[in-house]
Amino acid sequence: MQTLFDALSLGSLYALGALGIALIFGVMRLVNFAHGDVISFAIFALLWPSIDAVAVVFAGYLPWFLLIPFVLLMGAGLAVLSELVVFRRFRRASPATMMIASFALGFVIRYFLLMLFSSRPKSISLLPSLSQPVEILGARIPLLQVITIVATILILLALTAFLRRTRFGLEMRAAAENFTMARVLGVRANRVILGAFALSGALAAAIGLILASQTGTVDIQMGAAVMLMAFIATVIGGLGSLSGAVLAGFLLGAASVVMQTSLPIDARPFRDAFVYGAVILVLIFRPQGLIAARGTKERV
Amino acid sequence: MAARTPASAARRTIATPVILALILLGLALLAVGSGSRPFNQTMIDIFLRVVLAVGLYIFVGNSGVMSFGHIGFTCLGAYAAAWLTMPPMMKQTLLPGLPGWLMETQLPYWAGAVIAACWAAGWAALFGKILMRLSGIAASIATFAMLAMINTVYSNWETVTGATSSVVGIPIIRSIWPYLIAAVVAVFIAWGHAISRAGLALRAARDEPTAAAASGIDIARQRLIAFVISGAVMGMGGALFAHSIGVVTPDTFYLTLTFTTLSMLVVGGIGSLSGAVLGVVILSGLIQGLRWLEAGVSIGATTFAIPNGLQEITLGIVMIVILAHRPAGIMANSELNWRRARPEIPDDVPGNMPTNKE
Repeated sequence: MQTLFDALSLGSLYALGALGIALIFGVMRLVNFAHGDVISFAIFALLWPSIDAVAVVFAGYLPWFLLIPFVLLMGAGLAVLSELVVFRRFRRASPATMMIASFALGFVIRYFLLMLFSSRPKSISLLPSLSQPVEILGARIPLLQVITIVATILILLALTAFLRRTRFGLEMRAAAENFTMARVLGVRANRVILGAFALSGALAAAIGLILASQTGTVDIQMGAAVMLMAFIATVIGGLGSLSGAVLAGFLLGAASVVMQTSLPIDARPFRDAFVYGAVILVLIFRPQGLIAARGTKERV
Repeated sequence: MAARTPASAARRTIATPVILALILLGLALLAVGSGSRPFNQTMIDIFLRVVLAVGLYIFVGNSGVMSFGHIGFTCLGAYAAAWLTMPPMMKQTLLPGLPGWLMETQLPYWAGAVIAACWAAGWAALFGKILMRLSGIAASIATFAMLAMINTVYSNWETVTGATSSVVGIPIIRSIWPYLIAAVVAVFIAWGHAISRAGLALRAARDEPTAAAASGIDIARQRLIAFVISGAVMGMGGALFAHSIGVVTPDTFYLTLTFTTLSMLVVGGIGSLSGAVLGVVILSGLIQGLRWLEAGVSIGATTFAIPNGLQEITLGIVMIVILAHRPAGIMANSELNWRRARPEIPDDVPGNMPTNKE
């Protein structure tokens, strides 16, 4: 039971991250390496610049119903800004060039945070009431894990509804499937891309919030680890396919947790090596991903 | 059109590696001439990065498949060099899990570097055999997974790699010449591969995969050849890296180094050998200049210093600006040649100052 919840909550994080990367990849073929740094930025926006080990909370004192929108807005804002300032200039560049540009942007964001906050991890107590355990079917589960899972499911449902029921969502799905065709049919490209960035930034901020309240610390590297797994999940799921990204995120989370408990003690430190080995295996048997997005097939 | 035999291809293109080697030699002479220790060390770092960027170019530039995994081979090479060249006494305390025969061995650094290159190439052949069945973004991610696997194993195998703690006691080589020779050798290997049958076939497959396959090119095989050669160069770079600082940790050879190397290659021009070398020289020059500013510059009585962290921020911004104006990198797909010793840059493109500065 505990294992199941561990797997689900870790999987939720990966799924949200993968979704943020897949959204942007879908509309503009950009593998956004700055995503992890958007995660860190959104949460650092709560703090006042300082180099102390205990975070000087600034906006973090807001009540939760203001705090959550504030963090989400910060994430979305930064992502939109990065599109306006940087990525708009790379519309015609090759994916490799865009990838390196996004990496350079992430670098800039990370060192900007470093300049203001130093590289030391800081302790922060965000929404402390959530760390109490609750009893579910005889297992004691931290309330936060439950909330993480429920929140992820809600976000996924809301996003699905948004993509399926609204005009903007329709445009975004059309653009993800065949960008050129969507433009020809009158979809406003820049607006759709901005929307994708805003959504992806807000998702990044949500991850930041969950991570910070789970671990009680913030650190400028915190986005990077999730980002890597999310990035892998996006590819395993089938690049550009949103449902594939979510599915693969949960699978990766499950694989990590299951291997942690089932591998022999001696092999446990090498858990990640097994997870990555499994990734290579999946890619060899399904190079197009678990759920291949339409329109990304290699054509002759 | 002249007959395109390998010999004529060699004559047409020999200028490129020769010019690049002369540039590198010029830098080495500059460092020796200045007689300054820190400057010497900086130059050694540049030569190491040249080896790594050129090694990466051999695969990425010719095949068009992005690889995030090559620094894994550098890691293999660096640890192999440590195993082969450390004094046996130190190995017994730091790495007790090594097999007996390896424990007894202590080779000179150059022999260690050659064996390290072969060791890395062997692993490249093994991984490549599996990975080269993939293409496009799936291949990139698979190489990335390979890097993460190597890193996880080296970070946790306490008795053989010392886990995450530093392995010290690797003989330090301070002379600049071995590094210069390695960089020049890497350039010539890359050139030799590029004009060989395998290199030509691989570039054909990069540009026109369908036509190449239809003409009887076994794409997976050509990719594997490039992967193994570039793995060997990366391994050699790793061995020399270990000798330049005398300490290795698994995290030295992970994401940061991967991205620095990739950035230098992309900024220089991913499809160009000259781009690989110039990208390293230009970005390293920039980094060094910014470090110098960070340490403070005295003008008259006052000292100006830029705040910490601004170095990286400026570097990131400069990279974005270069890429925004020259998406294919500084050299695009052209190479340095006698007829136009300077890279060809149209005058109407703004932001072409990075090359002219050199």
